[in-house]
Amino acid sequence: MRSFGAITAALLVAGAVGATEIPQAERRSGYSFMKPDTRAIQDEDTANPGMLWVLDGEALWKRKSGATEKACADCHGDARTSMKGVAARYPAFDKATGRPIDLEQRINSCRSNHQQATPLPFESRELLALTAFVARQSQGVPIETGADPQLAPFIAKGRELYMQRQGQLNLGCTNCHDDNWDKRLAGSAITQGHPTGYPLYRLEWQSLGSLQRRLRACITGIRAQAYDYGAPELVELELYLMGRARGMALEAPAVRP
Amino acid sequence: MQLRPDTTRRRFLGLAGGVAVAGAVPIVTVRPAEATPAMLASAIRNVTNGAAVKTGKVKLDIPPLVENGNTVPMTVSVDSPMAPEDHVASIHVFNEKNPQPNIGNFYLGPHAGRAQVSTRVRLADSQKIVAIAKLSDGSYWSASVDVVVTLAACTEELI
Amino acid sequence: MASALINVPAKAKRGDIIEIKTLMSHIMETGYRHTATGEVVPRDIITSFTCRFNGAEIFRADLFPAISANPFITFFTTVTQSGKFEFEWIGDKGFSETASASITVE
Repeated sequence: MRSFGAITAALLVAGAVGATEIPQAERRSGYSFMKPDTRAIQDEDTANPGMLWVLDGEALWKRKSGATEKACADCHGDARTSMKGVAARYPAFDKATGRPIDLEQRINSCRSNHQQATPLPFESRELLALTAFVARQSQGVPIETGADPQLAPFIAKGRELYMQRQGQLNLGCTNCHDDNWDKRLAGSAITQGHPTGYPLYRLEWQSLGSLQRRLRACITGIRAQAYDYGAPELVELELYLMGRARGMALEAPAVRP
Repeated sequence: MQLRPDTTRRRFLGLAGGVAVAGAVPIVTVRPAEATPAMLASAIRNVTNGAAVKTGKVKLDIPPLVENGNTVPMTVSVDSPMAPEDHVASIHVFNEKNPQPNIGNFYLGPHAGRAQVSTRVRLADSQKIVAIAKLSDGSYWSASVDVVVTLAACTEELI
Repeated sequence: MASALINVPAKAKRGDIIEIKTLMSHIMETGYRHTATGEVVPRDIITSFTCRFNGAEIFRADLFPAISANPFITFFTTVTQSGKFEFEWIGDKGFSETASASITVE
């Protein structure tokens, strides 16, 4: 515990200098921080366990569901064309609620409104599978999130939360991911926190997981109370982070330590 | 390395949990916290029936410093012509400190063409990994590697 | 839902040594973890993996809790004729899954 305290103190000192945003040219995917053995797991479909969820998602895409007895494919057809680039624009502005929603929420809204099916729980195998299948169709597509002007106030809120110090460690996201991304926290690379590969297979989880799960884990890590799944704060943070990663290529389903 | 204090802390937490259970339940089965070198030796004996194990012929590829102990890529290959009269019959992989000493047994034959298997393993702590190949002539050959497992800075309660 | 990913070349020349890669959905619960209330999470792993070619076993593995979740296993075989690879995973709680892949040998 003593060593962890020392690391925290070092971060606090660095943080006091002031948050500086990462120049465009220096932005790096979490992939580039990984060791070659871990990269190899992401590089090949047969080696990437995230592809198991994509396969499940493909089956769900074609399965009829809800009172309308409709499958995703009945409206959207072949996902390879209809879903290409979609994940690269999320979270997106939702006219019905007047708020941004992320890809998982969009899938559930589609289920409720068009399939008249019950929404899938956050982090359920089914929701992760469908999200992974949709996101996979945008692999290699540059992230475009945040272009809609209606999103501006929500991006600002997300940025505010990103900069805000909180928790018992009194850290904001920026203190690690803008100011100290070239350093390590114990054995782990800190990284720049660009969400380019979600949903992704995290070796620590031994499972696929959403960006909200990752954010909640990070918030718990700074000893703050994590927001509930689906909370507006989490979606605004997702929105800010995806906008911050604009132009970077989507990697879903990525692999991370 | 920061491994030692963390290991101690995990053992302590495990012990504390055991005590809490003991308060509520009269009979407590204590599971060994980790395999021991003696358990490793015994697991190897189960495979070799006490035959001599020579060092050599076997190559064990595993990163010496791993990013996450939950998923460690590992490849075992054996220098063998893989001919009917001279081939690898099986490959056995063991560890020293996971809760139990076996990782996997792999059975192949001359038709394999190449004596090589890969998988991904869990390593609960920094430890020694041993791979043993049984050849068609009944001889046993081995290689071992010491692996350092770094613990994630921010862990997460999974259950 | 239990998906498997198999990588076998569709075509090969007689006598080629090919690599077969397999990835199977499975939690591989070790039996050594506890819930927050202190109860042991029961072991739930794949214990056996077998690959047969045209009915004859060519590779088999015994798996233990030390194998990572979603087991990834790769191995080699010499192809002598066209045919079908059949894969079988067997485990705790009655787990049993199969997959297959065909190869054309020229």
